[in-house]
Amino acid sequence: MHIPEGYLSPSTCLTLTGAMLPIWYRASAAARAGLDAARVPFLAMGAVFSFLIMMFNIPIPDGTTAHAAGGVLIAIVLGPWAAVIAVSVALLIQALLFGDGGVLSFGANALNLAFIMPFTGYYIYRLAAGSSPAGSARRLFAAALGAYIGLNLAALATAVQFGIQPLLFTAADGTPLYCPYGLEVAIPAMLIPHLTIAGFAEAAVTALALKYVLKTSPEMLVAARPAAEEETSC
Amino acid sequence: MLRRYWLILVIMALLTPLGLLAEGTAWGEWGAEDLMAMLGFVPRGIDQAASWWQALLPDYSVKGVGETAGYLISAFVGSALVYLAAITYMKVIARSK
Repeated sequence: MHIPEGYLSPSTCLTLTGAMLPIWYRASAAARAGLDAARVPFLAMGAVFSFLIMMFNIPIPDGTTAHAAGGVLIAIVLGPWAAVIAVSVALLIQALLFGDGGVLSFGANALNLAFIMPFTGYYIYRLAAGSSPAGSARRLFAAALGAYIGLNLAALATAVQFGIQPLLFTAADGTPLYCPYGLEVAIPAMLIPHLTIAGFAEAAVTALALKYVLKTSPEMLVAARPAAEEETSC
Repeated sequence: MLRRYWLILVIMALLTPLGLLAEGTAWGEWGAEDLMAMLGFVPRGIDQAASWWQALLPDYSVKGVGETAGYLISAFVGSALVYLAAITYMKVIARSK
């Protein structure tokens, strides 16, 4: 769901980048306050994880492909603000070096994959996990649920950004200037693959990876820190 | 402890060519030729924007090597750059305290 160059109007790109600016600012402040030096390499590895997981294209029966993104896992382990930074860095390198997602649409892609996905997924996880113990089945299920819904909300946001283009921007002869497909096409086209396939991949990867992190280095989880410290970082 | 996670990331990078098995393009990520075939025209904004930024390794491919090798090289080069960029950014914001 990387929006390529030219699929969104420059004004749309500017607006969505504008929306991201305070989020990046807040995420940077939160990371500075809440992430100790030991967690910085961990955050960078989270960014690498997100970058790599997005290379695993999954075939969709309609002939397209989709992929997981890893943002909810990073949010659960290092906190949602850290996930904003980690996924944004992955998206930036993807856009600059690989042309995966536009450079002008980087802000839009960051809003969807580095903000909407980790934040919604993280809070759904918190809600569903309640006060269940760290390694419990309920907590892992909550992580899977958050990952599934988070990825799909990112797909929905992407679809809306695609879908409003032909409503807003057409040439004098009525032909679309940017994304040619409206909401009625874009929303099902984006959501069906993510609801039926990629969402489950995201859910499985998130639950398995969380289980592994809990087993290997439970102290790395932000939630393991005292509650007061977590408050100041958010 | 971090060594274990590095190992996992290296294994992931080595397995990325599996992502090439999926044929086709993600919805909404078509190139100009695909759009021409689908619509009979290329929307002007897409046509104009398509070439202003020339990615060095477009679509995770490397000139002169095969698709799989290009994807593997992209996975390792990209991972290294993502790691360095993230570390650098965190250092910069830590210094601006």
